[in-house]
Amino acid sequence: MIKLNANAPNAPLADQWDAYKASCKLVNPNNKRKLDIIVVGTGLAGASAAATLGQLGYNVKSFCYQDTPRRAHSIAAQGGINAAKNYQNDGDNVYRLFYDTIKGGDYRSRESNVYRLASISPEIIDICVAQGVPFAREYGGLLANRSFGGAQVSRTFYARGQTGQQLLIGAYSAMSRQIAEGRVKLYSRRDVLDIVIVDGKARGVIARNLVTGEIERHSAHAVVLATGGYGNVFYLSTNAMGSNVTPAWSAYKKGALFANPCFTQIHPTCIPVHGEFQSKLTLMSESLRNDGRIWVPKEMEDAELIRQKKLRPEQIHESKRDYYLERRYPAFGNLVPRDVASRAAKERCDAGYGVSTSGRAVYLDFSAAIERLGRSEISARYGNLFQMYQRIVDDNPYRTPMMIYPAVHYTMGGLWVDYELMTTVPGLYSIGECNFSDHGANRLGASALMQGLADGYFILPYTISGYLSSEINTPPIATTLPEFHHAAREVSDRLARLKETNGKESVDHFHRHLGKIMWEYCGMSRNEAGLTKALGLIAALKQEFASGVKIPGGLKEYNPELEKAWRVQDFIELGDLMVRDALLRKESCGGHFREEYQTPDHEALRNDDEFAFVAAWEHKGRDAAPDMHREELRFETVKPSQRSYK
Amino acid sequence: MIFTLKIWRQKNATDKGGLVTYKIGDVSPDSSFLEMLDQLNQQLVGKGEDPVAFDHDCREGICGACGLYINGRPHGPLKGTTTCQLHMRAFRDGETIYIEPWRSEAFPIVRDLIVDRSAFDKIIQAGGYISVNSGGMPDANTIPVPKPNADSAFDAAACIGCGACVAACPNASPMLFVGAKISHLALLPQGRIEAARRVQKMVAAMDTLGFGNCSNAYACQAECPKEISVANIARMNREFLAAKMFAEKEKNVGFTL
Repeated sequence: MIKLNANAPNAPLADQWDAYKASCKLVNPNNKRKLDIIVVGTGLAGASAAATLGQLGYNVKSFCYQDTPRRAHSIAAQGGINAAKNYQNDGDNVYRLFYDTIKGGDYRSRESNVYRLASISPEIIDICVAQGVPFAREYGGLLANRSFGGAQVSRTFYARGQTGQQLLIGAYSAMSRQIAEGRVKLYSRRDVLDIVIVDGKARGVIARNLVTGEIERHSAHAVVLATGGYGNVFYLSTNAMGSNVTPAWSAYKKGALFANPCFTQIHPTCIPVHGEFQSKLTLMSESLRNDGRIWVPKEMEDAELIRQKKLRPEQIHESKRDYYLERRYPAFGNLVPRDVASRAAKERCDAGYGVSTSGRAVYLDFSAAIERLGRSEISARYGNLFQMYQRIVDDNPYRTPMMIYPAVHYTMGGLWVDYELMTTVPGLYSIGECNFSDHGANRLGASALMQGLADGYFILPYTISGYLSSEINTPPIATTLPEFHHAAREVSDRLARLKETNGKESVDHFHRHLGKIMWEYCGMSRNEAGLTKALGLIAALKQEFASGVKIPGGLKEYNPELEKAWRVQDFIELGDLMVRDALLRKESCGGHFREEYQTPDHEALRNDDEFAFVAAWEHKGRDAAPDMHREELRFETVKPSQRSYK
Repeated sequence: MIFTLKIWRQKNATDKGGLVTYKIGDVSPDSSFLEMLDQLNQQLVGKGEDPVAFDHDCREGICGACGLYINGRPHGPLKGTTTCQLHMRAFRDGETIYIEPWRSEAFPIVRDLIVDRSAFDKIIQAGGYISVNSGGMPDANTIPVPKPNADSAFDAAACIGCGACVAACPNASPMLFVGAKISHLALLPQGRIEAARRVQKMVAAMDTLGFGNCSNAYACQAECPKEISVANIARMNREFLAAKMFAEKEKNVGFTL
């Protein structure tokens, strides 16, 4: 029986991290160069970890599926990164950032990890500025800040609408410096398809060279997964096309627990779905809600005329507009957290007030802000986002309000990790979006970039030394060990089986089908009947895939269809686990809304007495149901209360 | 909409390759260019043929993975637009579209429309960074940066490394990319200290990787999906010249760069 223990230091919350650092074991510099570490993924978490571990003197092997580490999906983050710097003198501090994050996550994250995240946040800004990240500045030369959804202080640092890109270039360049110095060896265009366990410890990975198709074995004293989220299980999401769950899923099958898989964040401000062949959804930064006002027509007839394109939104008089967020949540207005904004948009559209031809969109209107601040100020703040919107939708948001709708954005679930960010497999770590610990049931804006960089620059490099200090006498791990043979054989066999299936349907066909099941039954609102139905549908889809998928091309060549097939097969299995997790959680919390559990005015109704725990799932074999283990969450500093943004 | 597509097919780096003609119908004007290619690939997979391989990932115009010659122009006909953000409404119904990979000696073809752009990484590894460790930094606001400088640095840093500048240039010069990187760091106080060293190392790397030199054609600026300015190339040349002069001086006092 697995006993889940977060192993947070025994000290008052605010002192835990210092206490940990003061007593954790170190590895001396001469021994560091004898130790190998594999880091899978090169986003904010993976690149910052690889750079820092290299700088400390370890031998780092870095893997990414892209052609270069500068393209990881972190690059697409637009809005910003939070830090409790209190540069604006508006009363911000570490405790407040911690409190907002715990509350925003609807009390389903771990106090110790979140407090550490908040306390490290100021240092992240310092390192990024030292690296030359061109954050927005005031005329006095100091850093500028803005506010973001879910917060009443301005603590978000940003670089126009391309914060993720700038932070990633910072981490990528730090990593490039280590590559030049020989401390980091880069393996790009590699899919990591399995984790190798030797004597119960993570000792390496099996990777497929995407260009040659060759199956490679790589060993290390520890393995770090920084592979991001699994939002692509929904097919349409804001994630990059290649974002996948495969390395994390391999870890799950090798004994790491997968925590809270059903916690998916739905982002309220995305460009709505337009057609059948659409491949992905594009997010419009949440920062737009600082100045944009969200509304739908008050009168059902007006909405109908708009959908028929007989009426333009500009023609609807102010008095006939329903600014429903300002109406329902006067204190936070358009800045309510993402789950609240998303549900409210869906509620209005479900009630028949949606404004696109599909009826699945609401307006985000800048006319008042343009009047107040002038077009040039709005353009300075959001110009590139407006341009992007115009390109995709072919409409000018300076004149006509944007149409937006919620879309799958970020996954808060992930591999279960303890305070040291280690999974239940010794020597296997999980950082950034790939783990579960910091965002609870709902991620606030500008907190993902913060977590990725905190884990990579400042947490993992310390915590991993505790484990590695007991490995200094372990010589380099030989890839000729039987465990490597076995894992490589299994990978080759599964690839061959996929290739030989020779069915009739493309991989995308199955992926789209899975996406529809997940969105319909396990999306932003769920109920028991739908989830139960989804279990059956997914089981059937799994069968159909096994006999019906068709993959052209060979095994030993560049074969994107084969890559996708492996990923989609993993997504189907993950979908099953997500539905089981959603079924079990008989409460509404964060971005996860169970229709059976709501307040009389249709807000999410949490059940702390029964569900203040992390559901961590253990794989029990291919055809067996997984086991659920509980990590009870204790809130000693913040007392859970009904979230209210009114 | 319907289109005739002439697409470069090449199995691997050593294969000869050539243009193959495909017909595609039922394309929505709201599809992106890559979604149109997805649609074609669905047809090909249905027939058991190899789909067309092309690089792509974020499909939001920021990761820099995508990039094709479309009718002879990097990223196609629209100004300041990546291939993934180009929509089929930008084409005429019934049009014939030529789709080819970047052509440059420094970017060898991997398969079909995919090229190997790791030469860009090598240029960065040569010195395209500020040498700073993560730990013990001064508070961020102790390094004030004039807003115009921060804005210009950002404009340069907006480069997505897609390689369109190399593809557009008659000499396959990467100087817009390198110039953008040099400018980004040179404009900031924290990057100044290493500026001379950085520009010399990056230029040296650029020269050894098989790229050509700038001859002021400005095609890079015209085709850059992020509209990076050639002023960055001018700044790079200035930095380079200054670094050489500086290096002479330093030699006299016993330093080497």
